[in-house]
Amino acid sequence: MKTLDIIGTAVDNTFRSKLRTTLTVVAIFIGAFTLTLTSAIGTGVSNYLDIQLASVGTTDVLSISQTAEDAPDLGDGPLRYDPTRATADGVPSPEAGFSTGVLTESDLDAIGNTRGIRDVNAVVSLTASYIEYDAKGKFQVAISENAELTKADLAAGEQLTPSDNNQILLPASYLETLGLGAAEAAIGKVVTIGIANYDGAMHEVHATVTGVQNLTLLGAGVRLNQALTNELFAAQTDGEPTAYERGYFLASAHFDPTSNDDQVAAIKADLASQGYTAQTLADQIGVFQTILTGIVAVLNGFGLIALLAAAFGIINTLLMSVQERTREIGLMKAMGMGGGRVYALFSVEAIFIGFLGSALGALAAIGAGSIISNVLANTVLADLQGLQVLQFAPGQVAGIILLVMVIAFLASTLPARRAARQNPIDALRYE
Amino acid sequence: MNSTTITSPVLAARGIRKSYGRGTARFDALDGVSLEVYAGQSIAIVGKSGSGKSTLMHLLALLDSPDAGEVMVGDTDAKELSVKQVNRMRNEDFGFVFQQFFLNPNATVLDNVVLPLTIAGVAAGERKARGMAALQQLELDDKAKNMAVNLSGGQKQRVVIARALVNNPKVIFADEPTGNLDTMTGALVEDILFSLNKDKGITLVIVTHDPELAARCDRQIFIRDGREVGSLDNAGAAA
Ligand SMILES: Nc1ncnc2c1ncn2[C@@H]1O[C@H](COP(=O)(O)OP(=O)(O)O)[C@@H](O)[C@H]1O
Ligand SMILES: [Mg+2]
Repeated sequence: MKTLDIIGTAVDNTFRSKLRTTLTVVAIFIGAFTLTLTSAIGTGVSNYLDIQLASVGTTDVLSISQTAEDAPDLGDGPLRYDPTRATADGVPSPEAGFSTGVLTESDLDAIGNTRGIRDVNAVVSLTASYIEYDAKGKFQVAISENAELTKADLAAGEQLTPSDNNQILLPASYLETLGLGAAEAAIGKVVTIGIANYDGAMHEVHATVTGVQNLTLLGAGVRLNQALTNELFAAQTDGEPTAYERGYFLASAHFDPTSNDDQVAAIKADLASQGYTAQTLADQIGVFQTILTGIVAVLNGFGLIALLAAAFGIINTLLMSVQERTREIGLMKAMGMGGGRVYALFSVEAIFIGFLGSALGALAAIGAGSIISNVLANTVLADLQGLQVLQFAPGQVAGIILLVMVIAFLASTLPARRAARQNPIDALRYE
Repeated sequence: MNSTTITSPVLAARGIRKSYGRGTARFDALDGVSLEVYAGQSIAIVGKSGSGKSTLMHLLALLDSPDAGEVMVGDTDAKELSVKQVNRMRNEDFGFVFQQFFLNPNATVLDNVVLPLTIAGVAAGERKARGMAALQQLELDDKAKNMAVNLSGGQKQRVVIARALVNNPKVIFADEPTGNLDTMTGALVEDILFSLNKDKGITLVIVTHDPELAARCDRQIFIRDGREVGSLDNAGAAA
């Protein structure tokens, strides 16, 4: 029997018992539907992170912190007090000369002197009181820390520069409230930021709007260039006691943007040996990715369990089909059809059922997923431009269909063997 | 029809035995039967129900193998043939008319008829041409596209015969070919079989308990309780 005839006959046989085939197909459909959706979530979110990284991530910046001490394991008692390692976690402690949980000025110097590092700045926490444009009202303002790690995803204007002039990037959502109008119109306008000093006295600092940014996962506040940051920090710390030893959670350092992976790794290793943990944005996103991969794997697991259950449906269906067609199989074998071809006939039938269920499931998932994704993108996730929660990669969908077909083939082995081994005489005598 | 001369037999059984079941349930369906089938001959295996006729036919048709004794195909012992060779032989050299029609009710008449060709891997175009030719011979070409389920008993048996001869076999095995038919239709089917024998030289092995059908064959073998109890040569066997 020709392969094409086997496929044709198997497909015809599939439609002989429509109800039974339909039920089996539904079981596979559910599994394939689930698996297609869950892997689409994985692709969608993962792609979003990648795109964010590629479009807004800088490649020449390290975020650096003190390497955390080993925390006691859960259930162990507290660690012994060590005055030289003591730290008021994050809060600069005037008594202790320096504190090891945070970065001090001498740490910054050490980092700056590390080979490959071009410059280093402490990431400071700024608590501005308000922002105002043209006396049109004062509004609260959130300032993105560590904005250095990412480029802004710009709706208009340009990125911040290391200029000595105060520059600020505003989120698109600020424009209307502040009375700045359209994105293009806002560029070049000067806004005023109010910030209280140590004693509570208000300072006002002016900055030019150089760009308007879309909202992204990576920071929803205003972004400042270093000049503006420095001026605001100076205002905020104005009037502090001079003996105060300042500490920072985080510093950001530039390295040569042409460095290759090995060179970056060397810089990180060098910093690590000095007790600092350095991460690029890619490293930080990598942590997200790992968590995401884990979640998606669990979700995919549910899809696979559904498919496993469906595989037993296939076995059952085919066993019934073999039983029903005993005489037909007997006749074909009597007429000289080889066992291998009989086997193939039932295997192909299973594979076709698998294909039918998985292709329909994948199609339905793509249909439903696209609708869900669009609805989400226009409602809940409307502010996160570019995030399509569900993304269907053609290769992945094809892979799922193929996987189901393989599962179906494996499920067919028992019934197909039974059919192939049938003795034609017994089969012909079978009533 | 005097081909029972010097030529060697196309098929022969030598002291074949076949039993079913084991132990106390063991039943000897054939208990040492020998016979020879010559090319172009029509041979009737005659006996009561349960006497072992079908079993003998199945063994001659290489559908089963004997517990003892030999089935010879030409000069070769069937035991020495590979599974593939046996399959090829059943597919190309033999045609079958079983006790039941064994038609696929959901397939067209044509698809049913060309089944041996489909199994042989003949291309679709040639399959159709040869299938239609076979149907034409049995005056069923107008029913080619009908579903097999919609035919009368006589029509079904003619489809079965068309299926048996579509591969231009050397031997047609027919197990009670008229058993399920009324006298008129039965006679018609008999005529078709004997005309195939006469015009195309196809060897016939017919299992029957109908003395009239048996009498039309060149040779009759009588079976009782798995043993041959006599034979009769019809020198003047008429179609
Ligand atoms: N597969 C089988 N298992 C047990 N007994 C069988 C089997 N096939 C045939 N028989 C028995 O062998 C005997 C001969 O059967 P069969 O050759 O079909 O007889 P006939 O065709 O002459 O009616 C019968 O008694 C039948 O019941
Ligand atoms: Mg019988």
